[in-house]
Parts: sequence; structure tokens; C-alpha cells
Amino acid sequence: MQLNEDLVAGRRAAMKILANSDASSIERGLVAADCDARFVDLRAPEVGLVMLRGRIGGNGAPFNVGEATVTRAAVQLASGEQGHAYVLGRDTKKARLAALCDALWQAKASRDSIERHVLAPLRAALELRLQQGRERTAATKVDFFTLVRGEDEQ
Amino acid sequence: MYVAVKGGERAIENAHALLADVRRGDRSLPELTLDQIEQQLALAVDRVMSEGSLYDRELAALAIKQARGDLIEAIFLLRAYRTTLPRFGVSEPIETGAMRIRRRISAAFKDLPGGQVLGPTFDYTHRLLDHDLAEGGGVPPAPTAPAETVTFCSVADLLARSGGLIEEEVPLDQEVGDLTREPLSFPADRDLRLQNLARGDEGFLLALAYSTQRGYGRNHPFAGEIRYGEVEIESFAEEVGFAVPLGSISVTECQSINQFTGSTTHAPRFTRGYGLAFGQSERKAMSMALVDRALRAREFGEETGAPAQDEEFVLSHSDNVQATGFVEHLKLPHYVDFQSELGLLRKLRAEFFARKDSIEDEQGMQDAAE
Amino acid sequence: MIEAALVIDNQATFRALMDCMARPGEIKTLGCADAPPPLMAGTAAIMRGLADYETPVWLDGTLANPAVAEWIRFQTGAPVVTDPQRAAFALVGSGAVLPDFAAFSPGSQDYPDRSATLIVQVERFSGAMFSLTGPGIRSEGTLAAEPVPEDFAERCAANHALFPRGVDVVLVAGDRVAALPRTVRVTRKG
Repeated sequence: MQLNEDLVAGRRAAMKILANSDASSIERGLVAADCDARFVDLRAPEVGLVMLRGRIGGNGAPFNVGEATVTRAAVQLASGEQGHAYVLGRDTKKARLAALCDALWQAKASRDSIERHVLAPLRAALELRLQQGRERTAATKVDFFTLVRGEDEQ
Repeated sequence: MYVAVKGGERAIENAHALLADVRRGDRSLPELTLDQIEQQLALAVDRVMSEGSLYDRELAALAIKQARGDLIEAIFLLRAYRTTLPRFGVSEPIETGAMRIRRRISAAFKDLPGGQVLGPTFDYTHRLLDHDLAEGGGVPPAPTAPAETVTFCSVADLLARSGGLIEEEVPLDQEVGDLTREPLSFPADRDLRLQNLARGDEGFLLALAYSTQRGYGRNHPFAGEIRYGEVEIESFAEEVGFAVPLGSISVTECQSINQFTGSTTHAPRFTRGYGLAFGQSERKAMSMALVDRALRAREFGEETGAPAQDEEFVLSHSDNVQATGFVEHLKLPHYVDFQSELGLLRKLRAEFFARKDSIEDEQGMQDAAE
Repeated sequence: MIEAALVIDNQATFRALMDCMARPGEIKTLGCADAPPPLMAGTAAIMRGLADYETPVWLDGTLANPAVAEWIRFQTGAPVVTDPQRAAFALVGSGAVLPDFAAFSPGSQDYPDRSATLIVQVERFSGAMFSLTGPGIRSEGTLAAEPVPEDFAERCAANHALFPRGVDVVLVAGDRVAALPRTVRVTRKG
């Protein structure tokens, strides 16, 4: 299956934002986007597991750390596009909304609207949350200062 | 004689009702919510997720509530729950180098790039009970400072890059062992050992790690780096055709720098131990790294024989769900076993006393004869 | 928390196949409503019940079309592979073009379970008649299937000789299935 690299990169970026947002904010965005969102479930949301892997030493051979709950869903738009979602947790509503956004993002008619009304606000909220986390963490960074030591004096 | 006994259903039912009642406790007090447990007992949630081997904060909080705060019972509940779910696949290996850092310290280098970032830690607290906390009340928001968005490679990588001062990990993409699918057999490869330790009991690993420091398998550890923060998870889905981002989780990673080795073929260099645990589980990750390194003793041709270096001993006893199952099963009815032991004991005692009596009788007769 | 009906169907499939493997030659019926042609209902039900992300699936020339591959990927999460040696399940569209068993993994002496299972579609369970003996069969059993290659019994005998290694074969005609595990001795009848 030959996949267009830009298309994959765009879908992955959108999926990352959706996966890191909650169902109600995705839903708010979809209401604002107001696009033709008629769809059928290809796969009603299902809860399952994904085995999470780490790497020995952080960059060596992979090993299994433990599992995480994951919910997946797949939908198809009236216009034919298929959308998929795999998101951490057990929120079935979020999985279906994320799959719907993936489908609408692939449909040329609705992509801009999804970018503007769904993804842009989610991205901004996410970035704000991350920035706050970074700033709170940065305040705990140690500033070392060296006391003048006798043997260094001229 | 074997007597089959049945019964106790009502007692069991009522015991469970009583359990539910005492779990709720004094009804005039507000009931604990899962959000409260998740937020305010976050490190208990982290431990239950790590050893329950299932990342789901809400389920871990529920397990803690249901288990009345008995964390091993909560871990058991989470392990049982995971068996009811299908597995969709495996994730791409977590990139801890791209972690959104919440804490990062090194006890080996003062001036590591990115600096020493303490994050939310108990270190440097005075371990004095805070009676203000008992009162409750407002907590001011944490201070902030300007922040950069860069990520930093690990201390171990820095050492490896500066002329091979430490052993390098080889990112071989070999088949990954999974002890939830195949039972552990010995000798176990390092991937399986680490999976076992990641699920292992924190107390058990802590004690083993401590034993290596006290001389039972000494390997001179330095906390090369400890980092805690968020990492993105991705998993390849066949029907989608690419690695799908699933969201992010928190993990703690510990890279220990240990005793160096050298040989005629390679220059002396530091060795490493590795620990990785869900959430903020620093003691667990550190203990894991120390025990991981101890279990590599044979690989480095070191003297073995200490408990922490005994792979079969460590890996067979690290799982607290297995351990509690076997220890606690002793309280289940063993009436028939015990009756047979009792019967045997009575027989042995009867033989003992009969022998004693006959010796005494003989003695008595001899005395009388003399 | 998969749709309840699907779980029940998959459990029924698993049970039926287990019985088929335990009693070689016995015919059971499986159901799967949405099999993409030329995948038969029985083949699709087996895929749904047994295949997952850890079981690579190989499709022969008659089945290797995008609709079938996509259905397998979506319904089971199994990777569709082109190297038959990697296959945990090998799907053969018609017994008439059954590939040599040696094309597939027979497992190893230490891990005979790492062998391939061949799902072979046939038109009907009648015609060429075979006699079956071995574990799970009281004295002698029979199974008829067509189309199968002229030397089908010889191929099965060669496979049986590898024991404990060897492939397992499941024959499918529509929604009816029968199994010929590596333990069975197959001889042509008449």
C-alpha cells in the first residue's frame, strides 16, 4: 500500500492532538466546524490493550514494560472517507469522535474547517498546558553557585 | 475417611456485605471519589499501575478504593481486569530521550546539559509531619520560571559519545520476549528480566537493591540519571497502515552507572543498569536499575552468589500477585491435609511411646534381675 | 468490551475448530455474514476467531486481492505477508492449486507449535474419498473433498512423517469445515 507521505504526516499530527485532548473539547470543535458529518460505524468503539515497549538503557533493544488500556473506533463518511482512532484510555465517545475527525480531515471539503475549528483550538489548549508544566518545572531547576575557595586565591 | 464438606455460602455473602460496609466506613463522612484518589494519592495510583502492569489511572484509582487502600490487593484487581481485554497490538518503543521532563537529576554530573531539575520531590523535605496539611485549606499555585522546549539526551549517552567511557546499548530489533504469553524459563534474556522487574514488587526490589549496596553483590552504583515526565505513545495499526499516536503517559526512568570492566580486548568502561516504571515511581525505577545490573554479573564474569545476582531466585519471587496468592492460599481449608498429618503424627508418637515403654520394661526387668 | 455478539461467534468458532482438530474429518458449520468474496464464510469465520496481530496471514494467488487483504487487516489486525514461511495462517483459495506443504513453516523440533495452519477452500465435501486413521478417530474415518490434488494423500503422508513438526490443514467448503491435523494418516480410498 503506497501512502502519500504528506498525507500520513498530516493525519498523524492531527491524531496526536486528538489523542491528547478530551472528548468534550473535540465535540465542541466539531460543532463549531459545522461540516457534513454523516457517518456510519465501521467499527463501534472497542476497549482493549496495547503492550507498551521501552528500550533497554533508553536506546537499546526493546522490552515489554506493561500494557495500557486503549479504545479504538473506525467510521465511514457518506462521501466514502474512512477514519480511524486508537486512543489511550476507555473513553468510547472520544474514540468515535477522533475517528470522525480523522475521516473529515481526509475529506478535502472539510479538512480546512477541521484544522481551524477542531485542531487549532485543541493545539493551542494543549500547548498552553504543556507550557505551564514546563514553567512550573523550570522554577525547580538548580542554580549552582561556587563559593570562593582558599586555594584558588592569588 | 474422606468427608466432603459444603457450606458457608451465607457466611461468605454476609462477609462480603460487611466488607462493603466497613469499606464505606462512617456514613457521616463524605465518600472518596476516584478523582480524589487519582489526584491526591497519585503515587499510590502510579505504583498500582506499574505492578498491575496496566496503565489506566482511573482503573487504578478504582482498584485502590475497592481494595480499601491495600495496594497489593489493588494490583491483583488490575491484573485480573487486564485478562478480560483483547490486545490490539504493541507500541513502538517509548522514546525516553524525547520525554517532556518534569524532573531530571544526575548524581554523577553536577552540570549536565539542561541542568538539575528537581520537580515535585520529597527530597530535601525534613520529613516532619505537616500539621497544617491536617487542617486542609488553600495551597498557593507553584512558582514558575521561563522555560525552554528543548529535550536532552541521557547522561549515559553523553558518556558513550565521549569516547566509549560506558558500554553502549545496541538497538537490536530482535524478537521481544513477553512473559504474559510464555512462562519464564531460565536463563532469561535481559528483555524478559526487565519485564519481570517492571511488574515486580517495589518492596522486594528495594530490599534486593539495598542488599547489593551492603555488599551482597557489590557493584558500585551511581544514579547516572533519573528522569520523570511524559512520553508520547505510538502503535502501528495494520488497517491504518502507519504508527498511530495514542496519547501520552508518565514514566520514570533510572540509568545507573556501575562498576567498570575491562579485558585484554576492550578498554575499561562503566557498565549500566536500567529501570523504567509507570508514573512517578522513583524508588521502584532505581531499585530496578540496581537489580538489573546485579543480574548481569555473569555476563561480566563477576563473582556471583549474592541473592540479587541469582536470576532464578529474583525473578521467581518478584511478583507480589503470585507471592500473595501462594502465601495467602494457606488460609483456605486444608482440613484433609491436616487430618492426614495429624494421623501420621499420632501414629509416630504411639510408636515412640511403645518403644520407650518396652525399653523401660526391659530396663525394669534387668534391674529386677540384678 | 468487543461487541458481545462477535465474542459469542468467535467463541463458537474456536470451539468448533477445537472439536474438528480433536476429531479429524468431522465436519462442523461456522458462520460469518460479511466474508469478502472469494473468501468463504468458513474461512472468514476462522480468521475472525483465530487471527490477530501476532499471526501473519499469507494469501495465495486466487485470494490476494485488496478487498480480502483489507478485510483481514481491519477485522483481525493481522499482517498480510508475501513470504509463505512467515505465515501462521496460509489461506488457499482452491484445493485445486494447493501449494507444496514445504512452502510453509513446519515449526521446529523444540517448538512444533510454531508451524503454519493451512486453510484450504474446496468446493464440496464429496468426490475424492480418503480414509483417515490416528488420534481422535475410532478405528477408521473418512472424508471426501474436491477439488484436491491427485497426490493429496501422499502429501499428507509426507507431512505426517515430520511429526512432531508439520503443518495442520483445515478444509473449508462454504460455511462447513473439517480438519486434517498433522497427526492424521490419510490414504486414498478407491
